Amino acid sequence: MASAREEILQRIRNARVPAAAPVVRGYLQEGPGGIDLFAERVADYRAIVHVVTDVPQALERLRGKRIVAPQDVPAEWLIDGVTWLHEPLTIAELDQADGVLTGCAVAIADTGTIVLDGGEAQGRRALTLLPDYHLCVVRADQIAGSVPEALGRLEPTRPLTFISGPSATSDIELDRVEGVHGPRTLEVLIVT
Amino acid sequence: MARNPVTWLGSPTFPKAAREALQDTQLRQNLRRATGTIRGRREAAVAEMTDWEMLRVAGEQIKDDVLARLDTLLVQLEESVTARGGVVHWARDAEEANRIVLGLCRDEGADEVVKVKSMATAEIGLNEALEAGGVHAVETDLAELIVQLGDDRPSHILVPAIHRNRSEIREIFQRRMGIEVSDEPADLAEAARVYLREKFLTTKVAISGANFAVADTGSIVVLESEGNGRMCLTLPDTLITVMGIEKLVPSWQDLEVFLQLLPRSSTAERMNPYTSVWTGVTPGDGPQRFHLVLIDNGRTSTLEDSVGRQALRCIRCSACLNVCPVYERTGGKSYGSVYPGPIGAILTPQLVGDMRDPQAASLPYASSLCGACFEVCPVRIDIPSVLTHLRAEAVEAKGRTAESIAMAAAAWMFREASRYEKAQKAGSLARFLARDGKITSLPWPGSKWTSSRDVPAPPAESFRTWWRKNRG
Ligand code: SF4
Repeated sequence: MASAREEILQRIRNARVPAAAPVVRGYLQEGPGGIDLFAERVADYRAIVHVVTDVPQALERLRGKRIVAPQDVPAEWLIDGVTWLHEPLTIAELDQADGVLTGCAVAIADTGTIVLDGGEAQGRRALTLLPDYHLCVVRADQIAGSVPEALGRLEPTRPLTFISGPSATSDIELDRVEGVHGPRTLEVLIVT
Repeated sequence: MARNPVTWLGSPTFPKAAREALQDTQLRQNLRRATGTIRGRREAAVAEMTDWEMLRVAGEQIKDDVLARLDTLLVQLEESVTARGGVVHWARDAEEANRIVLGLCRDEGADEVVKVKSMATAEIGLNEALEAGGVHAVETDLAELIVQLGDDRPSHILVPAIHRNRSEIREIFQRRMGIEVSDEPADLAEAARVYLREKFLTTKVAISGANFAVADTGSIVVLESEGNGRMCLTLPDTLITVMGIEKLVPSWQDLEVFLQLLPRSSTAERMNPYTSVWTGVTPGDGPQRFHLVLIDNGRTSTLEDSVGRQALRCIRCSACLNVCPVYERTGGKSYGSVYPGPIGAILTPQLVGDMRDPQAASLPYASSLCGACFEVCPVRIDIPSVLTHLRAEAVEAKGRTAESIAMAAAAWMFREASRYEKAQKAGSLARFLARDGKITSLPWPGSKWTSSRDVPAPPAESFRTWWRKNRG
């Protein structure tokens, strides 16, 4: 008897689907972009947004808290007065932290999205998932205008997380309510 | 061959089920409210995009290309996933898929798994199969949880509990979680968060579906809102993803189209809160064992039909459900399948693959052919044309005339005064009555009939009486 794999592939071939027309990519490749649009769109999701020039000063808001930070965040972010939690961290430790501070890989102005790829200043995925508060630092040069631009800047085989606002659900009467399993508060610092 | 679990065993045909649903005023109220809200918001989210039509065309073309090269692309996907440390399994049908997944759970010694909402696993009846094998599957999506705790059936692709309003959800949560909670959506969401937290933190095996799989990189994509998906995709040691073979896109670039089409069409958002992309196994980040189960389950036979195969372009956004006048009145459960609404009416009979099955044969009639579904579909599936095509097949399979089937299907709609009058009040029938003394088109059950002859118009005051006399 043929394996499931062989049988399925053979059945596909037997269907003799004719070749398709070439894909016409007539849609927009670029968006207007910019800090203002990005800030506005992030805020639309009821995330908190600040445009700042001095990151350490903006991080004063973390004072007195227990905050997870990937090992490789810029040293100047690790201000005094905050209990910084670094890897290795257990799931329970992550769950009990007050929040997490990260950078990002790319952001998308059109959709108000932040993309993490596990690279510099981001850590593994669990870090930004379990703490109930996520503070994300976005550099102006990381903001892409459109979804196509952003995907072009990303390496697809890295573990990617696209974040658009705090955790939410539309499952009750199709109305968006913030705050289910992911971080219930998302705060974004846009650095100019 | 065993009955394909995509339809519910013993479920009545569409007209029978719809007749019952139409009596349920609470259900109709819940649906009208929910679909009405989302319709308006989807329109606004789409109107913002100047290039929406170009995105739809590209979406259609990319998916057609996938269907034309499906064998090559699947082999390519298998290679890329395997190269990155994943294991690919193939399943001809639901039974085989369930056996594979149960075997994987047993290999891990798991008696409980967490699940992120997936149409593919609902289609194959995975939860029931796991349960029978001693593995309990915990649904973690809020709507799925509501369905599971309510011992209920899903009624919508995206929001399986759309037929429940907040106070019904509150009642289910209080009863099954043993808690006191208000009917505020935020409080209900909080209750779900607390209820599932421990499960996320301790369960070792997760099962997911996939919205897309990128053939050339092996990347799998899941869009979600709540973060339950991220929990399942990130925390457990082992991840099992079950995916229909048509969920492919050829390249990473193609995702730029679907990541724009899907969120706006489904939840009417510029972007859904979370999208996760992973490729095989990443050392030190996320599950260290990854299995991808590719299921056919009626897809290759659907592929053979040159008109019907476009149903395989579907990205399960649910926009067609939300605009469908028949869906809004009858609810999703009347369709007797995990795929309700316009897409269900064309996909379910094809996956079942047997038009002698009375339930499958009744589904292509669950439509007024108004065309709203085609207009909103982000991958331009011409649902009305496929419906017409499948009606012809149903007729052929039954060896009956088109008229006799249309008439039988029509009978329920006009049988009771209350139903008819309500429908007329809503304006859904009146517009079919011609001013020149002829009826040229009837709503769905009769449309088949009126397309073949002119029906003399009834006296305006009593369409129902006329119908009773004339329905043959
Ligand atoms: S048929 Fe089109 S509109 Fe309906 S769920 Fe599928 S993609 Fe969405």
